[in-house]
Amino acid sequence: MNETVEDGAVSGLVAVRGVDKVFKRGSEEIHVLGGLDLDIPEGEFLALMGPSGSGKSTLLNLIGGLDRPSQGTIEVADERIDNLSNRKLAAWRARHIGLVFQFYNLMPVLSARRNVELPLLLTHLSRSERRKRAEIALDIVGLSHRMSHFPRTLSGGEQQRVGIARAIVTDPTLLLCDEPTGDLDRTSSGEILDLLQALNREQGKTIVMVTHDMHAAERASRTLFLDKGRLSLEPSV
Amino acid sequence: MAGPFNWLAQILSIAVFNLRTLPQRVGSSLTAIFGIAGVVAVMVGVLSIAQGIMRTMERSASPENVVVLRSGANSEMMSILMGDDVRFVSEAPGVAREDGDALASPELYVIIDRVKKGSGTDANVPLRGITPPALEVHKDFRILEGRMFEWGLNEVVVGVGARGEFEGLEVGDVIEVARENWPVVGVFDANGGIAEAEIWVDAAVLQPAYQRGNSFQSVYARLESPDAFQAFKDALTSDPRLNVKAMREADYYAEQSGTLYTLITTLGTLIAVIMGLGAVFGALNTMYTAVASRAREIATLRALGFHSGPVVVSVLLESVLLALLGGVIGALLAWWAFDGFSAATLNWSSFSQLTFAFDVSFALLVNGIVFALIIGLVGGLFPALRAARMPIANALREQ
Ligand SMILES: Nc1ncnc2c1ncn2[C@@H]1O[C@H](COP(=O)(O)OP(=O)(O)OP(=O)(O)O)[C@@H](O)[C@H]1O
Ligand SMILES: [Mg+2]
Repeated sequence: MNETVEDGAVSGLVAVRGVDKVFKRGSEEIHVLGGLDLDIPEGEFLALMGPSGSGKSTLLNLIGGLDRPSQGTIEVADERIDNLSNRKLAAWRARHIGLVFQFYNLMPVLSARRNVELPLLLTHLSRSERRKRAEIALDIVGLSHRMSHFPRTLSGGEQQRVGIARAIVTDPTLLLCDEPTGDLDRTSSGEILDLLQALNREQGKTIVMVTHDMHAAERASRTLFLDKGRLSLEPSV
Repeated sequence: MAGPFNWLAQILSIAVFNLRTLPQRVGSSLTAIFGIAGVVAVMVGVLSIAQGIMRTMERSASPENVVVLRSGANSEMMSILMGDDVRFVSEAPGVAREDGDALASPELYVIIDRVKKGSGTDANVPLRGITPPALEVHKDFRILEGRMFEWGLNEVVVGVGARGEFEGLEVGDVIEVARENWPVVGVFDANGGIAEAEIWVDAAVLQPAYQRGNSFQSVYARLESPDAFQAFKDALTSDPRLNVKAMREADYYAEQSGTLYTLITTLGTLIAVIMGLGAVFGALNTMYTAVASRAREIATLRALGFHSGPVVVSVLLESVLLALLGGVIGALLAWWAFDGFSAATLNWSSFSQLTFAFDVSFALLVNGIVFALIIGLVGGLFPALRAARMPIANALREQ
């Protein structure tokens, strides 16, 4: 948008350039994103807002390598990801991306610790090392005492904290959260936002968070509004 | 980057929690398991019939025994040998001798009607007229009950198979042959061979009853050794006085049962394939349901960076595991229900009854289980591919 940094220490961690996203539904074409540019510097906590259906999740998926743009390029940490093969993209996600979902998406048959350990199965860490890291991640989100609980025995807020622990256990380059508080009450939301803010401030995590909640967006260091396929600094009325 | 160990770990971990979700899908999984079990049981059952018939035929044959029929005759029914023919055959080189007598048994073969047990319908039973050397040639012949018939008297002995299949063939019963009443005086067995389905009588009694004069239909002979066969056969075919053909007993029986064996095997395979298709659809349905119910979980895993390969393999693994379970259950069921179960069928060469035991062999069980695994693989493949190809973003949107 505004800053087009060429190079240097403050170079963007994420660079989205001229991205179009068109979905085909039968013969109908849905143009969701059109010529979108976005730079996210390292260490930023960015909030994405916008009306329902404006393409916030779509944009997040593109940055996270879960989908590919119809047009344009996406670079994360100086690596083009829009033209990687599926196999390479999967490996890339495992290495660079931590995902937090609105409905947590935990595996119901696995304990909290096992859920958090899951992404570590994609690394070459030993069993005991995996276990140790999962425990540390659960400690960071304040759930050490719920380690062996199964998702259905945890509250929504607790499940989301397990979700965040799973997202940070691999120490990803980028933490992407799609409405992480969308399914939670005020108190739990506050706790989750505190946690994300702490991760950003104390550990320097770069975070992109999609939200509908103005209060949530206030915790971020910057808020952008998505509407009609474009980003702006102000909500459209 | 990701080595084979890593892949294995991925497959294992996905498979493990796939399996942990099995209890939520008991219904559809059981349907698939028992569908496959049914297919395997039927397939093994039917093929064990063919196997059983084959074994009966094999057991009937001795390696050093030969059968001589008229040239052009495919079975004893269609053959005729005159008294002179019989004499020339007995004198042929290679025929074993005992106390100067050739071990060659000229035999008559006629068909009589008896009432089948159970169904109450009439069916054909072979009635074989034998001569004294028969007891040396058919060395498996053994009286089980009662006694041997007296030579020259119109008494009969009945094979155990025939007795089991037909009414009124117990020792003490009387059968009507050519409007005469002939008493049953004994029951014999023959090591499970085809003779057990027959009734035996003195050929000298049977000839006048059927106005056969001094003719026979076959000569069964014992050779000095199995190696003597070629010389024996050559001597017969080159003898200008004779118009006969010689076969090893094993070849003769194999030829006799060949049609039936092929028919049953083909039919059994056909039935198995048709039922197998049904089971494939059952398995497909089960696995599609399984994949659909876990679409979000699978998408989440892939979003986290799991490859689609391990997802495919783990879905396949589950389907193959269900199929294996079904296959083993079906095979055990078939083995328990059919092995050794005795039955009778039509001998397509003589149109008489052939008694045999279902033979559920180990190889057949293995075949059944392999078939089940194929069903599982095919039934799991398409759902697995669907799971792997589902766009991640779409699957995550569905709630
Ligand atoms: N796979 C897809 N196929 C077809 N259309 C899609 C697909 N994914 C998204 N869309 C459409 O693209 C548009 C943007 O969807 P998206 O989920 O990104 O919106 P959003 O801003 O996240 O909305 P919400 O706030 O409701 O989550 C919608 O109109 C949606 O229907
Ligand atoms: Mg959304």
